Amino acid sequence: MITAERKPFDEILELVDGHNKILVAGCDTCVAICLTGGEKEAEILASELRMKAQADGREVEVEHTAAIRQCEWEYLDMIAAKVDEADVVLSMACGIGIQSMAEKFAPKLVVPAVNTNMLGMPQEHAVWLERCGACGECVIGETAGICPVVRCSKSLMNGPCGGSHDGKCEVTTPEKEDIDCAWHLIWERLKAQGREELMHKIRPPKDWSKSSSGGPRKMVKEEAKPV
Amino acid sequence: MTDDGYKAGSNLEKVLAAGKFAVTGECGPPKSADGSVIEKKAQMLKGYVDAVNITDNQTAVVRVSSMASGVQVQQNGVEAIMQMTCRDRNRLAMQADILGASVLGIKNVLCLTGDHMSFGNHPEAKGVHDLDAINLIKMYKDMRDEKKFQCGEEMPVAPALYIGCAENPFADPFEFRALRLQKKIAAGADFMQTQCIFNVPKFKEWMKEVRALGLHQEIKILAGITPLKGVGAAKYMKNFVPGIDVPQEIVDRMASVEKGPPAQAEGKKLAVEMIKELAEVEGVAGVHIMAVEWEEAVPEIVETAGLLPRPAVA
Amino acid sequence: MADDFEPEIIVFACHYCAYAAADLAGSMRLQYPSTIRMIKLPCTGKLEVIHLLRALEAGADGVYAAGCLEGECHYLKGNLWARKRVEHVKRLLPEVGLEPERVEMYNMSSAQGPEFARVATEFTERIKALGPNPLRRHGVSPHAAAREAARDVALPDEAPAGAAAPAPAAEAPAQAPTEKGPAA
Repeated sequence: MITAERKPFDEILELVDGHNKILVAGCDTCVAICLTGGEKEAEILASELRMKAQADGREVEVEHTAAIRQCEWEYLDMIAAKVDEADVVLSMACGIGIQSMAEKFAPKLVVPAVNTNMLGMPQEHAVWLERCGACGECVIGETAGICPVVRCSKSLMNGPCGGSHDGKCEVTTPEKEDIDCAWHLIWERLKAQGREELMHKIRPPKDWSKSSSGGPRKMVKEEAKPV
Repeated sequence: MTDDGYKAGSNLEKVLAAGKFAVTGECGPPKSADGSVIEKKAQMLKGYVDAVNITDNQTAVVRVSSMASGVQVQQNGVEAIMQMTCRDRNRLAMQADILGASVLGIKNVLCLTGDHMSFGNHPEAKGVHDLDAINLIKMYKDMRDEKKFQCGEEMPVAPALYIGCAENPFADPFEFRALRLQKKIAAGADFMQTQCIFNVPKFKEWMKEVRALGLHQEIKILAGITPLKGVGAAKYMKNFVPGIDVPQEIVDRMASVEKGPPAQAEGKKLAVEMIKELAEVEGVAGVHIMAVEWEEAVPEIVETAGLLPRPAVA
Repeated sequence: MADDFEPEIIVFACHYCAYAAADLAGSMRLQYPSTIRMIKLPCTGKLEVIHLLRALEAGADGVYAAGCLEGECHYLKGNLWARKRVEHVKRLLPEVGLEPERVEMYNMSSAQGPEFARVATEFTERIKALGPNPLRRHGVSPHAAAREAARDVALPDEAPAGAAAPAPAAEAPAQAPTEKGPAA
């Protein structure tokens, strides 16, 4: 799923600075599931903004709403009336939803209240781990179902590098927690699958033109396009 | 800052600072480890240009590095303007390379974003683009003036650099192009070379915007000239090179002469006419002649345009 | 601050413990401040971040949750969830210009009538020291706002028998704060 984290409150304040009618717009799909930008979190942010405005002695109206999916325009019609009334929309959707709103309601000012950070897997309640880089050319069929593009800190195609120690990567998370060495995991799982010979061959350089290095991507399903 | 008040004290900087009309050329390094190619090109241009751009994996095609070729041209008596693109290096490499270039005597650098990988011979490559050209200019300026790396750490000896940038007056949105140059000046660019100009009226219009913002007084502007070898080159540039604006009358003019030497003569004549016209535009401090794989045309063009001898500024 | 500052404090009290403890305190004729306005929850695990914020936004001078002793929750971990939410609100408040001490989490059993009175007294003293909530507005009832915010989870009020805390004389009309910002 797509995950996002709320921006620091000060940054949010800067983004809406000078506007007196703010609509906090949540999205009840991915960002709601990752507990960042659903209707509940939109209501909390709206309450905080009202308190802050009042504490600063500013006259600011802050409302909140949520779309079922901000990334699909059909769902945006339902919140269009509230958007119309606002000077600025503070979207809590992922980067897709925010841009979808900005495009649908252009030139309405739509600003992000969250930082979209990854395609993550929920490890346990309220913990997500990055699992996919949307690189456009999946290699995990040969890497035991473990993605070296995002789970190896160097995106190696032929790992592990010399920094792998006790199954851990030489890099740690910003919180200084250990990160599993993806290539160590790949090696262990390939062995368990009896396929370790896959580690013997040199994997060629990746075709990054299929990722964002090739420019903005577009996907069309001809067979499903409306006739 | 050098002892005599120059930023880098390069020949190019001195010529421009003295108010002389500058001439720069361009050399593309070869796609092989053949060291003689650049030597020959340098010898061809010696005495005809104040400095020569050394392209950096031009059009995203792998070639000898701009640093190595830059050192080579300097060894052959022509000052180098080392091009540096953001496509192939992150901020560590771009800082390491400029320090290395400086140690080897290179004083001019041209900061570019770089043509996209998809235009070159390794379209599957990952584009680095850690910084963009504007941030690259700022990083080099801070290294030079503040003795600071991009991270803020200090260095004991700063690289002496004359920092250049490029701008394309023919790209869109047209109304933003002069403002973008203004941003590059704010970031720290000392000189600027334009994309090749074929549409002179449009360039003049752009220069009006530049002058209205007073930018011509803040940066040295070198107008880009590309001599056309024939109608094929004109059509190719018009139809296939992004960001180049070749008016139909130029294509027609090149088509009106016979292929081969007559067309080449016409191409050089056209280049000379354009240099003379551009030199009259207020705010144009020089020309940048990009004779792509036709460096041998440069001496004649420079001479016919009345730009010889090249000034020697102490 | 004015000496005559009488804070309004909202208590989200668990039906199994703190609410019963308040009842017991009343029966025991224990004195505790009349600043306390209770909202009964089936478990403090039902407490949400927004309930605490709405109460403060409407001008409550302090808000606390009172749940069962840790390890004694009728629903196993409800009180632990409540503590996390209170702690989260403590982190949010400085950003909007309020002191984190205006919210708190307490634990007690239904048999701890004196503890209920002690907590109410202690928290009231804390809030008196902090002074009034700057967001307080005339005509807006924090208790009504908190009740409205928690309407889906709160249990109906029943006056604790013999409660020493009488209802404040002039309860503002039960009106939740609107979504509009600071009123005049």
